[in-house]
Amino acid sequence: MSIEIKHISYTYMPKTPFERQALKEVTATIEEGTFTAIAGHTGSGKSTLLQHLNGLLHPTEGHVVVDGVDLLPQKKSEKKAARAARMKVGMVFQYPEQQLFEETVEADIAFGPKNLELSGEDVASRVRESMELVHLDYERFHARSPFVLSGGQMRRVAIAGILALRPKYLVLDEPTAGLDPRGRKEILSMVTALHRRKKTTVIFVSHNMDDIARLARHLLVFNKGMLVADGTPQAVFGQTDVLREAGLRQPHVMTLLRHLREAGLPLERTDVLTAEEAEQAICAALKKMRGEKS
Amino acid sequence: MLSDITIGQYYPGRSVLHRLDPRTKIVLLLFFLFAVFAFSSAPAYAILSALTLALMLASGVPMRMMVRSLRPIMWIIFFTFLIHLLSTPGEALAKIWAFTVTREGIEQGFFISLRLVLLIFLSSLLTFTTSPLALTDALERLLAPFRCVGVPAHELAMMMTIALRFVPTLIQETDRIMKAQQSRGADFTEGSILKRLRALIPILVPLFLSAFRRADDLAMAMEARCYHGGEGRTQMKALHFATLDYVSWGVAAALYGLFFSLR
Repeated sequence: MSIEIKHISYTYMPKTPFERQALKEVTATIEEGTFTAIAGHTGSGKSTLLQHLNGLLHPTEGHVVVDGVDLLPQKKSEKKAARAARMKVGMVFQYPEQQLFEETVEADIAFGPKNLELSGEDVASRVRESMELVHLDYERFHARSPFVLSGGQMRRVAIAGILALRPKYLVLDEPTAGLDPRGRKEILSMVTALHRRKKTTVIFVSHNMDDIARLARHLLVFNKGMLVADGTPQAVFGQTDVLREAGLRQPHVMTLLRHLREAGLPLERTDVLTAEEAEQAICAALKKMRGEKS
Repeated sequence: MLSDITIGQYYPGRSVLHRLDPRTKIVLLLFFLFAVFAFSSAPAYAILSALTLALMLASGVPMRMMVRSLRPIMWIIFFTFLIHLLSTPGEALAKIWAFTVTREGIEQGFFISLRLVLLIFLSSLLTFTTSPLALTDALERLLAPFRCVGVPAHELAMMMTIALRFVPTLIQETDRIMKAQQSRGADFTEGSILKRLRALIPILVPLFLSAFRRADDLAMAMEARCYHGGEGRTQMKALHFATLDYVSWGVAAALYGLFFSLR
């Protein structure tokens, strides 16, 4: 099972002087159970692509297929299946705390499940479950107004509102934007835990190459509406030309190792993604140097 | 969706009308609107219609878009025509039930409808060829002489500018919030009216919150840059009259002379 993006193109305001093509012939597959990152400069088409994943936008050309179901129904009989497929993809927009509107945290999180027309008990249990997933204590927070919480807490309430729909695929558009370092860490560790424990497929947009290197196993890079790189982070971050062209950079650890190698350290590899891997590589290289000297 | 809406109806271009000073355009529009009402002789109407048509062609705006601007008042035109057609006494042509269609009625209805169409087309020409910002700028300058009688020209223009500035922002915001709530399974297109009204709450609450936040931020940013009203402010793009403007005033004056002679 997977999300298949087949040759999609999207044009904003076609046939007006303001016409703008946001996506050009994009084809990619996001396998179930993966942790996929999407990177690209502002205006590269990332957000437009994300909105195709749960059918908020329909491609001008091409198809988006979730678990074998086309999100744009061709016949009336396919409408129900398309809606069900759309609901499999949970979408967390940028600054999701701005979509909160209810009087209490509990009521806001319950909005989604209620729209699914679940029973009262089901809704209540889903609210508890998703609050737990985002590390918000039910007893302490459920009756509070979401508008008196801190920025990080508000964002977690908003994410809980999506998780309450029990999405199979979770799409997050820059989930850490505008948060302090602690808030960022909380959100990211929460998402990783969700991926590990619940086997939720995660698709997230990030401008932070270090976060991508640390978390993602699959990376898509966009530039001017086109998919310019698709592969493992190791492979994609190795393509320095493509990255530069797209206005992105390598993760810091990779840059560090590249510079060390240029300075003469006999490193075996520079395609490392985490600080730990870098440490091992540097230690190995240093040992090798000492061995050669003695 | 909402993102496909154009703000105002400005149609970018480089035509003669686009290049005219917006003040000239506003004043001439007022003159011609007045003319449409004041000079009701057939030749005057012929000239005005020809002029409007010529300007429409010169503006470079597609006719399709111009005609579409009539759509909101199509029914008003239709009923006005109908009422005049049936209620004007005169030489009877046909009888439908209790109403009589008269020759004068057809004439009257035709002229009234033509008048409405001209009004719309002329006003649309202004908004099609002038960017909203140029319009407010021109309004501020035109209202400036009335400041001594208490018209807050600068404040009015600033309010209009800010309002216009935020229309696209708020539309984008609405679009985003709608999509966010749709992603949570909200449905705005189905159900009874009451249900649909209730479905607006999850959009309106976040929208108002963000509008207030933006207003606050903007006020702060303006104060941080020492904004204290229009006194002594200069403009980055000051308006200047050019030969084109003088020529069009001349043409307008000549036409007015002609209209008077045709009365």
